[in-house]
Amino acid sequence: MNIQNTELKFLDKPIHADAMTDIIYMMCPIHLLTIAQKIKEIKTGQTLAVLTDYDGALQDIPAWCGTTGNEFLGVLEESDHYKFYIKKLKE
Amino acid sequence: MKKVYMDYVATNPLHPEVLDAMMPYLQEDFANPLSIYEPALKAKEAIENARKQVASLINAKPNEIIFTASGAESNNFAVKGAALANQNKGKHIITTKIEHHSITNSARFLERYDFNVTYLPVDKSGIVNPSAVERAIREETILISINHANPEIGTIEPIEEIAKIAKEKNVLFHTDAVASAGNIPVDVRELNVDLLSLSAHQFYGPKGASALFLKEGTRIMPLIYGGIQEGGRRAGTENVPAIVGMGKAAEMAKEKLSARIAHNMSLRDKLISAVSKIDKVYLTGHPEKRLPGHASFVVEYIEGEAMLLLLAGNGIYAASGSACTSKALKASPVLTSIGIPSHMAHGSIVFTIGQETTEDDIDYLIQKFEPIIKRLREMSPISQG
Repeated sequence: MNIQNTELKFLDKPIHADAMTDIIYMMCPIHLLTIAQKIKEIKTGQTLAVLTDYDGALQDIPAWCGTTGNEFLGVLEESDHYKFYIKKLKE
Repeated sequence: MKKVYMDYVATNPLHPEVLDAMMPYLQEDFANPLSIYEPALKAKEAIENARKQVASLINAKPNEIIFTASGAESNNFAVKGAALANQNKGKHIITTKIEHHSITNSARFLERYDFNVTYLPVDKSGIVNPSAVERAIREETILISINHANPEIGTIEPIEEIAKIAKEKNVLFHTDAVASAGNIPVDVRELNVDLLSLSAHQFYGPKGASALFLKEGTRIMPLIYGGIQEGGRRAGTENVPAIVGMGKAAEMAKEKLSARIAHNMSLRDKLISAVSKIDKVYLTGHPEKRLPGHASFVVEYIEGEAMLLLLAGNGIYAASGSACTSKALKASPVLTSIGIPSHMAHGSIVFTIGQETTEDDIDYLIQKFEPIIKRLREMSPISQG
């Protein structure tokens, strides 16, 4: 199991994303179920952006990237939500 | 004694084919759709099939349908959920004076949390003026909610025109289509709405299953948190039999819509024509832009409740305004909003027609109604006749 990329990393500007999912106001575990679904819909090497206001995602999303072998690129803090970036590393 | 059910706007009977579709999920196929074994997957599939059927009725995508337990819940969800999700953009909501209590009371709830609500008036037919909606929109307006068809007076609103204004002003638009969906064509793309409420028991489906159409990409604040049902937007173990029933009823409504409309409209017109001839009885709502099975009147000098009792004594089951105002013995705000004086608003009577209604039923009602009015007027202290 790949346990890298689990460290929380804040970004200071947006980065390119190939797909985006907005799950603002959705609570645990919707953020993880949605990411699992959405990551299937993009190609290896592409980046998924996830918009959420759920604070638990700050721990959960980097950890999810680690356990599933995807790369956590970082999180951007917007005024009322977070934008997480995840790079798909494998099918 | 002959029984004539004329209260389809309150609820419809369950269609036998709908009951057949539901039965397995009330009996052997009882598993929780969230579980992972085969019977649970069957229940999950049944829900997703129903979602497609309901989506198809209103030309939505399946992922735009959220199942709820009632029309009132869908309306609460739409108004509170959309308002709370967009309050960072503003706290002004526009609705009308003739909405169902599930809309007006949700708006009043939001007023307690510093939202401002504009309750627009309507004309004497109950029509909302699109220009009035446009004038009411402010910088901070985030949501407009206007019923598609009014259950008390049957009037159908110019939703497409109003929604177009909302779109131009970048304001979310919700319509309460509980009385209309399944009874007249409802196409969310043509109407151009962001949210729309509909309820199964208004089109021969079961009670306990309703839905909210939420246009893809529209944010909403869930009202019920818990499990991951409905994508986390509405938690709670699904009422699988009722949802399956709603799906089947939606499929049948789509198939039979034209025939149902023609049947209801012909009986409605016959009833309106006969009852309107009775002295001091007036049709309420719009004469043409009204629900196909809806005939509503005010009868001068009599209480609606008294008419209901005598009609029921003859096996005829009708309504007097909304269930709430009828029980509270309060003049209907819908009727006073269309300019009916409060003393006359108490004489409200609503007959609604459905697929089981026959020409013979209408003849029976016409034959019984006028003598009932005459008898009550003779007893009435305010009657002049």
